[in-house]
Amino acid sequence: MSAMGYAYFYLCATFAILGAIATVAAKNPIRGAMGLLLLILSIAGLFLALHAQFLAAIQLIVYAGAIVVLFLFVIMLLGPSASTPSDHRGRITRVAGAGLFAAAGLGAMALLVGSAPKSTIGPTGYPSPTGDFGSVDAFGRILFSQGLVPFELSSALLMVAIVGAVAVARGRHKSDPGAISGAATLEAENVPHAGQAPRTAGGITREAP
Amino acid sequence: MIPVEHYVALSALLFTIGGVGFLVRRNVIVALMSIEVMLNAVNVALVAFNRLPTHNNAHTGQVFSFFIIAVAAASVAVGLAIVLSLFRIRRTVRSDEADLLKN
Repeated sequence: MSAMGYAYFYLCATFAILGAIATVAAKNPIRGAMGLLLLILSIAGLFLALHAQFLAAIQLIVYAGAIVVLFLFVIMLLGPSASTPSDHRGRITRVAGAGLFAAAGLGAMALLVGSAPKSTIGPTGYPSPTGDFGSVDAFGRILFSQGLVPFELSSALLMVAIVGAVAVARGRHKSDPGAISGAATLEAENVPHAGQAPRTAGGITREAP
Repeated sequence: MIPVEHYVALSALLFTIGGVGFLVRRNVIVALMSIEVMLNAVNVALVAFNRLPTHNNAHTGQVFSFFIIAVAAASVAVGLAIVLSLFRIRRTVRSDEADLLKN
């Protein structure tokens, strides 16, 4: 049983790391989204092994069902310009910063794993949780008693995010008051040619009244 | 159960990969995906710590992780809206060409 548990963990961990690397290294963003999907599925598997069944379901529904689909939707909407060609300007600075970050992160990992107390658990692992640990019933009981206020606040956060996303992504239309007269607009319709935004006045075009 | 150090090491590795991707990549969409990788890594650590027997069957880490998932959904919605808005202005998704506040 324990060997199977280890095999399951290492399988999920390998796929998670592969998915993460595919996400950050993909030239094509669609492949990156597929790597993110692989990472999310692997982490849902890890949650199942950790007696977090409800979180595994939420992970699949919210991440794989909503977030990855939203990424794919935006990538499809942008079309071929979603994948940017690589250029080497400032590459040394970026790689140096990323190397510093990676060294710090891996060093922290090595310190933590090296300093952990060994063999604090028996060969059978931690005792199995009692009752319905991690189920929807137990989780919902906690969520609606102790975590009620943050739960309600998170609904407000999601509402504000929806309104903000619609307001930001919608852009301005000609029929809106204020878009034509006086207001500085950053619309693509006012930009003469695509990719050649006017640089004067900080890139802000002002339409004549 | 696997010792919790394994989960924490995996979490640190995933977080490092996500951070490196966020720092290196210039595509804004890939940078957002890297942020998602980092948030997932944090979730793994929280749920693994919640499984420790010293926590006596409390669900604190799982509830925390639930809220992180909610915040991630909100951040992706707003971030992708900003990406679309940037693309409408500049016809690009490169983060170093988003210099409307420059000069």
